[in-house]
Amino acid sequence: MKFGVVVFPGSNCDRDIFNTIQSDLGKEVEFLWHKDKDIKHFSTGDCIVLPGGFSYGDYLRCGAIARFSPMMQSVISFAHKGGRVLGICNGFQILCESGLLPGALLMNAHRQFICKNVHLKGNDHKIYKIPVAHGDGRYYANENILDDMERNGQVILHYCNESGEMTSESNPNGASRNIAGIKNKPGNVIGLMPHPERASNPLCGNSDGIRLFEYFEMN
Amino acid sequence: MEINSKIAEELRLTEEEFERIKKELGRTPNFTELCAFSGMWSEHCSYKNSIKWLKTLPRKGGRMLVEAGEENAGLMDIGNGYGVVFKIESHNHPSAIEPFQGAATGVGGIQRDIFTMGARPVASLNSLRFGNLKMENGETDPKTKRLLSGVVQGIGFYGNCFGVPTVGGEIYFEDCYHTNPLVNAMSVGIVKIGETVSATAEGVGNPVFFVGSATGKDGIGGASFASANITEESAEDLPAVQVGDPFQEKKLLEACLEIIKTGAVIGMQDMGAAGIICSTAEMSAKGKSGMIIHLDKVPTRSKAESESDSGMKAWELLLSESQERMLLVVKKGHEEKVLKIFEKWDLPCSHIGDVTDDGKLKFFLHGNLEAEIPADLLVLGGGAPQYDRAIAKPKYLEKINAFSMDDVEDISENHLKDIAEQIICIPNIASKRWITRQYDSTVGAANLSTNEPSDAAIVWVRETGTALAMTTDCNSRYVYADPKKGAMIAVSEAARNIVCSGAQPIGVTNCLNFGNPFDPEVYYQFTEAIQGMGEACRKFNTPVTGGNVSFYNQNPEGPVYPTPTIGMVGILDDPKKKMTLDFKNAGDTILVLGEMKNDVNCSEYLHKIRGVEYSKAPAFDLDEEFALQKFLLSAIHDQLVQSAHDISEGGLLITLMEKGFHRNLGFEVNDIPGLRLDACWFGEGQSRVVVTCNSAQVSSLKQRAALNNIPFTIIGSVTTGAIKINGEEWQNISLWKGKYDNAIEKIIAE
Repeated sequence: MKFGVVVFPGSNCDRDIFNTIQSDLGKEVEFLWHKDKDIKHFSTGDCIVLPGGFSYGDYLRCGAIARFSPMMQSVISFAHKGGRVLGICNGFQILCESGLLPGALLMNAHRQFICKNVHLKGNDHKIYKIPVAHGDGRYYANENILDDMERNGQVILHYCNESGEMTSESNPNGASRNIAGIKNKPGNVIGLMPHPERASNPLCGNSDGIRLFEYFEMN
Repeated sequence: MEINSKIAEELRLTEEEFERIKKELGRTPNFTELCAFSGMWSEHCSYKNSIKWLKTLPRKGGRMLVEAGEENAGLMDIGNGYGVVFKIESHNHPSAIEPFQGAATGVGGIQRDIFTMGARPVASLNSLRFGNLKMENGETDPKTKRLLSGVVQGIGFYGNCFGVPTVGGEIYFEDCYHTNPLVNAMSVGIVKIGETVSATAEGVGNPVFFVGSATGKDGIGGASFASANITEESAEDLPAVQVGDPFQEKKLLEACLEIIKTGAVIGMQDMGAAGIICSTAEMSAKGKSGMIIHLDKVPTRSKAESESDSGMKAWELLLSESQERMLLVVKKGHEEKVLKIFEKWDLPCSHIGDVTDDGKLKFFLHGNLEAEIPADLLVLGGGAPQYDRAIAKPKYLEKINAFSMDDVEDISENHLKDIAEQIICIPNIASKRWITRQYDSTVGAANLSTNEPSDAAIVWVRETGTALAMTTDCNSRYVYADPKKGAMIAVSEAARNIVCSGAQPIGVTNCLNFGNPFDPEVYYQFTEAIQGMGEACRKFNTPVTGGNVSFYNQNPEGPVYPTPTIGMVGILDDPKKKMTLDFKNAGDTILVLGEMKNDVNCSEYLHKIRGVEYSKAPAFDLDEEFALQKFLLSAIHDQLVQSAHDISEGGLLITLMEKGFHRNLGFEVNDIPGLRLDACWFGEGQSRVVVTCNSAQVSSLKQRAALNNIPFTIIGSVTTGAIKINGEEWQNISLWKGKYDNAIEKIIAE
């Protein structure tokens, strides 16, 4: 499994995720420039990562401009062919703007940027401690879509407390139904707000990010 | 317009300075030239009222590779072929007017100082001061709340987008900062030695490029004068504060670092205070060259009123402080390489002039020579004036020296808990999480303090395998009480925080925030603080790599507390050996290294709870401090302690609480005989660290302490969560943590 990390001019987690993939996951990885288009050398078993940051400044809606970039056109067709795509934070916002994932990410309910460790519960019932850092991370979709996604097992990460309970206190941004991460129906496109690449090196005192990549079957 | 001393005065140049300009130029300057002097000879650019004293600080030795004042920031060797570049700078005045943009552009400006040298910023810190959050009637002060919220949001807005983690800082609330808040921002960057860039212009005919945001009329005169009463009408309605665009700066960072690798760059300097005039003058003076600059080639934001009008006048173009702009001198013939990279990053770049060898700056606008000034005449170390101001010992020191601790009665045992509950909720003591959570502290995936806190922030350097410890410190009440000793304490506390994290302090950057230098009492504070700082920096072998002076933090009610903020960096060779501050296991022994003194002077307790405005600086001795730090660092290296946290604001009891919060572990301790109760639990006597040891470590540490004459007092042990003092059960640590965590949030919400 090979990884490509898209670099938008305002990406700022591109090098972090690159290092994690290369050093902590031990996988092959390369940067993909937003103005380029060629990803023919990636097969559907490979994975394109949209990293965190502020793609084009995001002074408009986050990710609203990034979806129109040349590289995103290739990523969108790659995803439609079944290629794996992972969007983290700003990458998640771009996936929603591109229509590759349902719903939208709104400004945090408390209207402030939030940076802290949160706990996440996966469909595997395991709990992961991962940092979030975002101003617009409140996942929103209408009730029908949410019901539909839950039925299909598309909600893959919920904010919870240390013991795994999905309380409102453990929801850092007011996301609908404590949703922290989702996938599309076929399961090849994943988006999440927390940053596993910031919890992947034992030196940082938290390696739960690696467990999360295992959960995504990207290890 | 006739140029005379009256106009010079309006541009904040004295009559004496105006005469000096005429004499040096051999003629009367025109308005544009006078504006250039006004910007360059301003306090901000020329350090005219401070440089004589700054030169007394230790500026070489240790790991210094580039000395203070030589470049935009100091450079120190961190081994394995890499260097660290760091600097702190103030943005106090803009933040007082427009807290969000003032703070944001402060963060942006300091990042540019770092990457203009070729270093990649890896961590930011800050040091903030505001008025008290609560007014005398107990209600939240709306002005302070607005300033605090705006500054914090501004720092977050810029830093979070730019993508550098904010890993540390300090914040205090005192009445003296109500009108004059302080916003000091620090950045730390990493560079491969040999890949640094100098801020110089050399080589006749080499092209000068202007890159980044278009120039507007924002921030004109920010370095020298309020633009309002300048003769040009249009300036009156324009904001004096610049507007930040972190996305543009992020692109500028990446493009500049990429361009440096091509080897095509001769010199580079960002445009900060005094804009184009400052960067052209300083680069030319450094390279002993000159420049011809065509100002009409500078991209502008202002609407032109006619074809021959760029919308901005020559003096406006020279002084504009529009953000996110850089000046580059490129090797002739290598322009294409540079232009290609700027195009890749969609950054506007224009060839605005060329390097000459006559030492003169010549500025043209539409073919007309608007200004011609020898570069050297404008800059610090060249023609810029240097002054020594009058000094007078402040009157208030009499009140301070008249105070005796005996004037305040000790507390009784049954008041202890009550007072502890009040102290833990003082905003200067309580958790700052409402603030720090608005900053991205984890981007870069190298913050080693997120999950395991230490007294200093620890940042992993992937390139070298080592880590850097960093901190900002200054208890300005101590400096107010005794400027010399207080500044020594600021340096010592910074070093103590680095040492408590297991790292070796290597260097200092300072941000000297004072009142009006023409006030002899303020100048006394300044000169005393510099002397104390110099003495302490020499003792710790931490040279001053650079920094910033901010005078005029004063309003009709008086100056702020003298606030010489210290930013310090240390090296940790093995990141795995970092030391953390928190209790590790129930049953561990708690002990204090350093002498427990009968001293409540200048403490939060005395000031905020007992209402004593004037008291002496806390007990402090530089040699004692140095010996303690040396001892502690070797004990940490030899793995003789489980945790280390210094006793600072709030005293011993708060230190113990803070050690317990991270893992919800409590403590069982007793009074120390022979001390006043308040001095024991809330005194802020310096040079003390609370450490914990497991049973195997205690005796070795005790033996070693005795051998080195380090006072060693066992005060109790760690519990699973209960707090017990002198046998009396207090609430569980988690309840205290609740009070500590929520205190500031509660005040803001009111």
